[in-house]
Amino acid sequence: MRILAAVLAATTCLIATADAATVYPIDRATILAGSAFDFKVEFAGVVKPEDVTVTINGEPAATVLGKDYEFIAKEEGVDASAVLLRAAKVTKPGMYTVEVKAGDDARTVQWDVYGTPEAPKAKNIIFFLGDGLSVAHRTGARLMSKGMTEGKANGRLAMDDLDHTALIGTSSTNAIATDSANTMSAHMTGHKTAVNALGVYADRTKDPFDDPRVENITEALARTGKKSVGIVTTSEVEDATPAAVVAHTRLRARKAEIVDMMFELKPEVVLGGGSAYFLPKTTPGSKRKDDKDFIKTFTEAGYTLATDANSLEAARGTNTGKILGLFHTGNMDTVLDRRFLKKGTVDKFPDQPGLVDMTKVALEQLSKNPDGFFLMVEGASIDKMSHPMDWDRALYETIEFDQAIRVATEFAKTHPDTMIVVTPDHTHGVSVIGTIDDDKPGEDMREKVGVYAAAGFPNYTDADGDGYPDKVDVSRRLAVFASNFPDYYETWRPKMDGPFDPAIKNEKGEYVANAAYKDAPGAVLRIGNIPRSTDTAVHAVDDGILQASGPGSEAFKGYMEESDVYRVLVEAFALAPAQK
Amino acid sequence: MILSRVSRKQPAAGPIGPAAPARRAFIVRGARILFGAGCASLFARPATAATRLDFDELYAKVTVLGMTFSDKVKSLDGQNVTMRGFMAPPLKAEANFFVLTEIPMSICPFCSSDSDWPDNIVVIYLDRAQTFVQANAPIDVTGRLEVGSWTDPVTGFVSLLRLVGASFRTV
Repeated sequence: MRILAAVLAATTCLIATADAATVYPIDRATILAGSAFDFKVEFAGVVKPEDVTVTINGEPAATVLGKDYEFIAKEEGVDASAVLLRAAKVTKPGMYTVEVKAGDDARTVQWDVYGTPEAPKAKNIIFFLGDGLSVAHRTGARLMSKGMTEGKANGRLAMDDLDHTALIGTSSTNAIATDSANTMSAHMTGHKTAVNALGVYADRTKDPFDDPRVENITEALARTGKKSVGIVTTSEVEDATPAAVVAHTRLRARKAEIVDMMFELKPEVVLGGGSAYFLPKTTPGSKRKDDKDFIKTFTEAGYTLATDANSLEAARGTNTGKILGLFHTGNMDTVLDRRFLKKGTVDKFPDQPGLVDMTKVALEQLSKNPDGFFLMVEGASIDKMSHPMDWDRALYETIEFDQAIRVATEFAKTHPDTMIVVTPDHTHGVSVIGTIDDDKPGEDMREKVGVYAAAGFPNYTDADGDGYPDKVDVSRRLAVFASNFPDYYETWRPKMDGPFDPAIKNEKGEYVANAAYKDAPGAVLRIGNIPRSTDTAVHAVDDGILQASGPGSEAFKGYMEESDVYRVLVEAFALAPAQK
Repeated sequence: MILSRVSRKQPAAGPIGPAAPARRAFIVRGARILFGAGCASLFARPATAATRLDFDELYAKVTVLGMTFSDKVKSLDGQNVTMRGFMAPPLKAEANFFVLTEIPMSICPFCSSDSDWPDNIVVIYLDRAQTFVQANAPIDVTGRLEVGSWTDPVTGFVSLLRLVGASFRTV
């Protein structure tokens, strides 16, 4: 420990040196023994190859990394040199000191290469990613779904009964703030990276596909065994969170290429939205810029295709072993729209399955594999509805997410060798602060906000016992507010006509309050507190809360970096037992 | 003011994407020229009467495996139409290329890396650059309807429905 502290002090000093070389993987990287990673050194300026030395624990780099690196005299678009080695590997666990030198340009970084126990603790992992899931979402979902009497919840969420809890630090390599790409990438690779990046460190060159790659869990499982992989989401399947399970790119927006990468790795089950990126550009509705037809490519590769709840039901009975379910051209509609209000795009896609049914089908399919599986289930629209501060939709999404977790906890009862992890990728600045009571006197909505004792309890009912309030627009409902917002009209009510669109861009490039809500009864203009260039409420830097149950989950505790979550997963699967 | 247009067969590409500054399509001499939205109607309007086409009339069928153009859209291919919608935020205030959407865009897919266009956009190639108008206000765009997939050679932007040689005015 003292040695590590000394090394940390030394490297921290070097970080402060201007124009020092940058090394990927970065200082204090944690690397699964035997996993493939790209090694790159970016020198501050042009250097001569004969001046470059790279040693690892005092030995030439090639001895430790298995191969020699390539020297790049001048990088594309940059007036500086680099060295690069694709798919390097370190098989022996331990601390590694990487010393890089070229003339005056020197840098030392430390890597922690870790092994795993010999024997796996878990056969299956079900990884629930609540996108943006914050404490208020859990509290709000519990209050809405279960109710409360005399200060005690009338029921428990499925996630309330998971055994182990950890606080997760979500920050990125280039900022304390973060997004869904780099955060899920940390969960799925064990390496933190920069905002918008997936499965790569963000290097200085422009090309979004040349950045130094790190191995993701799908690749690790393919390298080490025969487990199946499943991806279930309510967003586009090529959106950042599901993409992190398969992709390597600096830019999450490169969704067409992400579909290509998904096909390369062929997860056995892929369910969600986003068919537009599977269609050739000539098909109306396509968002591709090429003629690739991934519907055809996947079906030719043996996938059973489902395009609505009905055909998903049919696909679940097939024995192809692989299911591609695409239920929307873009993001799927929220459960509030799908099941209750029939707004959003439900008229165009009336038969979308929900997260619960998708989770059931995925588990049924994946559990056929005697070697086990890794399933990622994302509650995507918790985040997608929190950005525009559509709290009712976000809380309904949280209830649906929790019901999908219930499916998994039931599965684990008959499959006790299953670890269940429930975690956000990042949080939102959101709080439940009381109630809004229409029956309080007057017209001024602000005076109808019940705080402290005046909050009382909301009057949602659930007569049919489906876990959702029978009616979202009850007279005494939860008062939920964001800590940060663009200019917008606060309407104090659920958005019954479709998801909220708080702000739109004006001719000066600034987001202004969307006038469509100006005339809602009681609407009040709130002047924003974030830059005018920001379209909606932003992610919080606050820690996320991870909960987990099942074999191996006891390793989740205290404060953990998001990149440490991966280590618990691969330890449970024993992906790097000691080399014999 | 002198405004000369670089002649081209295809609709002039606008300032979308890093490789397409407005100067490519237009050579502006002297003072910066801004066409106020209110002036739009003074400039060339299509000679023939335009048929009104609404967003909800564009597609006969929308499915996961693609959309089917409506008979009305197919029959109006190559003809002048007027569509009412909202101008999506372009990269620059002055543009001859923009995206028309059914509802105001709360996001800018050109600017933000995690946002995406709706399915039913129409790409507008203006007859000449006009300034961006307040997003809270709908506009009427009149131009010749082009139906079918087309990739803008300058920006790489793929569109299915376009109004070319178009002009717009606030409603």
